[in-house]
This record gives sequence, C-alpha cells and structure tokens, in this order.
Amino acid sequence: MNSNKINKIKENFKKQYAKIKNRVVICGGTGCIAGGSQQVYEAFQEEYKKRGLDYCLEITDGCRENSTYISKSGCQGFCAQGPLVSVGEIFYTKVKPADVPEIVEKTVLKGEVVERLLYVNPVNGEHCKTHEDIPFYKKQHRILLADCGKINPEDINEYIGHNGYQGLLKAFEIGPEGVIEEMKKSGLRGRGGAGFPTWLKWDLTRKPKSKEKFMICNGDEGDPGAYMDRSLLEGNPHSVVEGMIIAGYTIGASKGLFYIRAEYPLAIKRIQKAIDDCYKMGLLGKNILGSKFNYDLEIRYGAGAFVCGEETALITSIEGNRGTPRPKPPFPATCGLWGKPTAINNVETLANIPYIMVKGGDWYSQMGVGKSKGTKVFAMTGKVKNTGLVEVPMGITVKEIVYDIGGGPLKGDKAKAVQTGGPSGGVIDPAHFDMPITYESLQEIGAIMGSGGFIVMDETDCMVDIAKFYLDFCVDESCGKCAPCRIGGYQMLQILNRITEGKGKPEDVDKLKDIAHAMQKASLCALGQTAPNPVLSTLKFFPEEYAEHINEKHCKTGKCSKLVRYEITDKCIGCGMCKRACPANAITGEVKQKHVINQEKCIKCGLCFNNCKFKAIVKK
Amino acid sequence: MSNETTASKVDLTAIINKWKNVEGSLVMMLHSVQDACGYVPRETAMEISKQTSIPLAKIYEVLTFYHFFKLTPPAKYQISVCTGTACYLKGAPQLLAELEKVINVKAGQTSEDGKFSVQALRCIGCCGLAPVISINGKIHGQVKPADIKGIIEETTKGEATHE
Repeated sequence: MNSNKINKIKENFKKQYAKIKNRVVICGGTGCIAGGSQQVYEAFQEEYKKRGLDYCLEITDGCRENSTYISKSGCQGFCAQGPLVSVGEIFYTKVKPADVPEIVEKTVLKGEVVERLLYVNPVNGEHCKTHEDIPFYKKQHRILLADCGKINPEDINEYIGHNGYQGLLKAFEIGPEGVIEEMKKSGLRGRGGAGFPTWLKWDLTRKPKSKEKFMICNGDEGDPGAYMDRSLLEGNPHSVVEGMIIAGYTIGASKGLFYIRAEYPLAIKRIQKAIDDCYKMGLLGKNILGSKFNYDLEIRYGAGAFVCGEETALITSIEGNRGTPRPKPPFPATCGLWGKPTAINNVETLANIPYIMVKGGDWYSQMGVGKSKGTKVFAMTGKVKNTGLVEVPMGITVKEIVYDIGGGPLKGDKAKAVQTGGPSGGVIDPAHFDMPITYESLQEIGAIMGSGGFIVMDETDCMVDIAKFYLDFCVDESCGKCAPCRIGGYQMLQILNRITEGKGKPEDVDKLKDIAHAMQKASLCALGQTAPNPVLSTLKFFPEEYAEHINEKHCKTGKCSKLVRYEITDKCIGCGMCKRACPANAITGEVKQKHVINQEKCIKCGLCFNNCKFKAIVKK
Repeated sequence: MSNETTASKVDLTAIINKWKNVEGSLVMMLHSVQDACGYVPRETAMEISKQTSIPLAKIYEVLTFYHFFKLTPPAKYQISVCTGTACYLKGAPQLLAELEKVINVKAGQTSEDGKFSVQALRCIGCCGLAPVISINGKIHGQVKPADIKGIIEETTKGEATHE
C-alpha cells in the first residue's frame, strides 16, 4: 500500500507551516459570513498590502519565512458573537473591517491586545483573551468542532497536515474486519437521532454478497433549529469525505453518495471541492493508494422535504422519485438503493470515524457514560445568552449546557424548558435539568437525542403554542402515503388550533392522547411515529398550561393571540386613540375619562394596544 | 423577466445529456433547470419529458412534492423569512407581519409587479443569528420588526440607476 504519498504531503505541510510566523483565522461559517466576515478577510489582505507585510492565503512551497497566514475556517460555533477572528491565541469577537488596521498594528506587530474586541464574560465582567478563558468554550469537549474551527476547509493539504486521511491509512492496514472491531470498541451510535450502533449497521451491510453496494451520507438536515451537519459539511468537509471512504471500504461499497439539502449551497460546493481534490490525489477512483479498493463519490441534492431524512424515503428520492418511505423490513442493509445492500449514516456520525480510526476505539469510549459514548454536537438556540454550536461529552447535564456553556437564559434566571430532537422530540422540564444526557435517559422522559437541536425556552414561551408549531411542521411535511400520519396529524392540529383559539373542550386532552398513540403505533415511518411526541411531552410536563387554555380560555404568555385579554389601566388619560382604532367598536369612554374595553366584543386584534401612546393598555 | 427568455436561456440538451444515462437523475435535472432559470417552466418540463420519455405526470409528481422546486418565475427580490424553531421563538411571525405592512406581500405570495416575493422558509441553518431573513440569498441576522423597512430600502437602493 502506498502510504508514502500522504505522509509526504503531511511532512511537507508541516515544514512549510513552520515558516509561518503567525496566523490570522477568520471564521467563515454561515453565521459569521452573514455578519460580514468575508469583508474582514479582505480587509486583512488590504492592510497587509498597504503596510507591505508578507502574507499568504494558503500554505504552499511559496510561503515566505516569517509571513502571516491569513485563512478562513469553518464554523467556530460562537455564532452570536461573530464575526470571529483569532490572531494566534488571542480571540476577538464582533470584528468589523474598520477594526482590522488596529488589530494589525497592535496585535500582529506588537503582540498587544485590543481590549474592546475581547469577549466580556457577562457573569463577572472579565475580558477573555483566549478561547479557553471563555465559559462557552471551557466546558465543551471539542473534537469534531476543534478542527472545524481551525483548518481551512478548502485546502486538502492542510487537512492532511492535521492528520487527515491517516484514519483511512489505518483502515487499509487493519482491513474491514479490523475497522468493525474498532468501531465496536468505540461504542459510536448513529448521530442522526435513533442511536443505532454504527458498527452493527456496517456489519449488516458488509455480510450480504452482492456485486454492488452503496454507502450514503445523509446530509438532509431538516430539523428546524439544528445546523451541526451544515457546519461540519462546510467547516471540515474532508473529515466527512474520509468517513465516507472508510465506511465504503468497510462494507465493500463500489460507490458512495452524499445526499445534501439544496438549501445548503456552500456545503455542496465545499464537499464537491473536497471530492475533486481527493480524485486528484488518488484518494478516490481506482485502486486507492494501491489498496485495490475502487470507490467513487458523488453528490445528490435534496429538495426540501423533511421526510427524506428517513432512510427509505431518502433512497426513494435518490432514485429520482417523490421521497416517500416504504415499510421496513427489508432494511436498507439488505435491500437499499436500487435494491442493493446500502448503509446510510448521518454527517456527524461519519465525521467521527477518522478520529476513531486514528486514536482508537478505546480512546473514544472513554468519553460518555453507559451505552452513550463519545461526544455530541448540539445547536443551542432560543432564549439563551450564548447561542451556537456546542460539542459536549455524552452524559453531561442540561444544566451544565444551558447555564455553564450557554450563560443562562436570555432574560430572568430560569429556563422554563429545553426542547431536543426537533419535531420528533420533546421537552425536558427543569426537574430533569440534572439528568445526564444519554440516548436512553432522553427517551425515558419522552424527549429524544435527535440530530442535535437544543432549544432553550423561557417563561414567555407558551408550551401549547410550541406543540402546535412542531405539529404544524409535521403535518406540512407528511408525505401523505399512510393514513395514520396524514389524517391523525391533521386532526391533532385541528384540536390544538381550537385550544389556542379558546374553543377547547375538556375532553380534547384525552382525544389528543388517543390519536397520538394510534399514530405512534400505526404510522409507516419515523415521521408519523414521532410527530405526536412534542404534544405528548408538553402534555406530560405542562398539563396546567393546557388546562389554562381549555378551562380558563387564557394564555398567560400572550403567545396565543386569541386568548389575550386587553385591559385599560389607570394610566389612561381618555385621549380616545384606542376607541378610534378599534375596528369592533369594543371600546367606550368619555373624553378625558378612563376608557373601558368590552371583552365580549373585543376581537383581540391588538390595535388599541399598538396605538396607545401612554402605555395604558395591558395584555393579560 | 418573461417566460420565453428564461426558458430559452437553458441549455436543455446539455443538461439532459449529462444526466440521461444516470439512473434516477430526474431530481438532479430539475435542479439544473431551476438553477438556470429560477424556476421550472412548463415548456421545459414538457421538453424533458419528450427527450427522456419520462411521463410528464411523473415530472410534475416530483416537482410538486418537493418544496424547493418553483413553478412560477421568481420575483426580483426573493425574501425568505426563516420560521425554524429558533427564529419562530425569537419573533419570525412578527417579521412576516411587518413585511406585509411594509411591502404588502403575504407569505407565499408575490407582489403584482413581480418585484417582491415573500416566503416562510423552514430553516436556513443560521439559528445562532435568529431571527433571520434572507433576500436573494443575502442573510440578515438578528432582525427586529423595526429593521425591516431599512433592509428593504437598502436592498432596493440603486434601483433607479439599474433600470
């Protein structure tokens, strides 16, 4: 086997890299690009040109001694604080192009720190100089995300320089059985949500005899509120490509396919570049590195159907059809794409593979607890101070993620709930915030690990409204093939609509549960089986909110607009603005006297509330 | 943008030739067409059917199943409001309401002059910046309802000089 080629590139990269005096990394994740990081990247080049300083944009033999390497990286995770720039160890947040001359003048040339660009710890007001000083990063255990935020995603040499494709060499060395053994030791389970042991999936696909087999990467990240797969595909595409090659080699596949959402154009572009570069380097195609293993990789685009995240629906979609699921068994491992044995893994699962190969299964299984090993990337969003991507060891508690890493809720000091697993998941109530997060523990309380959505909610969020939001999503995304999902979801949504409009009946709760259980048992695929989860889980932990909506026709958060009660307080000076604005003639009162709203007539449009200049109208 | 000019812009033969021998490539063909003209015109769909022998009904079955495919020409300014969970919690519904006020276009509609279209999108994966809107692919993060007017003005600025 020809491992020299990779090792030569690695050595040469290290040699060239040693010539660099310092490195400026500008985050090129989608969040930071939206915040203007491309302009910051250009401003650095401009500034270096203006000052006549040496710099390079990639590490090549042409890099000069003592120059600066200005590079973009993948998503560094701290999206709320972008654009992010680091100069050596020093870490700046919210950088604008106008800040660049000062950074070059002080930090690059003199090694001084620009205080105002440092992240300030909101708890103690301290300025944080490096990643490690920031609580958001301190408690994390970044493996996948570490490289994602460091190396240039478009440079295969840099990936190789950072131990890239060493995992593949190892796999060739120990053979498919060795790989499966190592994966078994690692305890890695599917990161797409269901948690099926990865080694078992590969073993099941490897065993059937077939001329053709397929390996598929599921990049159809559809959970609204999760974006870790996007960040990995964009930020460290080669780690996913390497995972795909190792997986293909292990199961004996002739071809691998990436199925990526068309809504992620940058991810598609970067994966395509990674694939092209691999062909040029002999890492794809015929007789890869002299191993006699032939393997091709191609991309297929998703087209915005949530159900295509389900593996049989995804296969149907790649075959060029409407993406509807089919009954299992037969499982894809025996009868998948074009009827051939097929293994489908999620992006995050695949990104883990190279690390497990290089460092060993035992190293990986040291992290985590029980049957949940390794780390998990969560997309923490919602009502929390630090939103962004976090990578934590399995077994960490919700409390640690929300309060230590996330900095606590946005307003007030208490989070009301955390939602995991998106439209297929459920909520975790504060009583379970101390529970270690594992596949099993989440399942037990009615939430799921899911792909990694982690949404923090506070007192202003209405749980009935949240349940309705997710169900509405699933009803919209139901493919319509099976009746339990198509009809059950619709009927549940009708009931929830009724409840949030103040027309709920006491028997509605039981009816919701009945339909939900029928859907769970009878639906064809995971979409329908899990669609009732958000409703059941909010019913379990927040029954009083449903009762309030149904019995008192009241929503204390004011999110359900039809249940809001507008009242005029003593601040009213009797100007008459509200009376004139009211389309239902529900407001009465004499000039210069306090007005009154007739609740019977009020249609809850909120115009009075918006028009009052004296804040005399309150929402209850 | 009239239908004719956009439809003829596509080098359909090249697209079909690239994919016709690849199994299950209908979705990819339709992506290429939409990439070139912003939507999939009916005459193009008919031409694909003719050249590939895929029944037109099958093509429309696929086109209408996936949210991504558009059957009508896109507006000049395509505004997408992300209504993923993070954005929903942080005020996406208010942004849609504000857009309706400012440009008088509801979600899922296009203004009569074809200038603006508003779409409620599921998730564009910028949850850290919620709430997010995107106009012709450019992403604006942490948008407040009061910002909408300014963003629209900023986007359409220079309109007079372009036309």
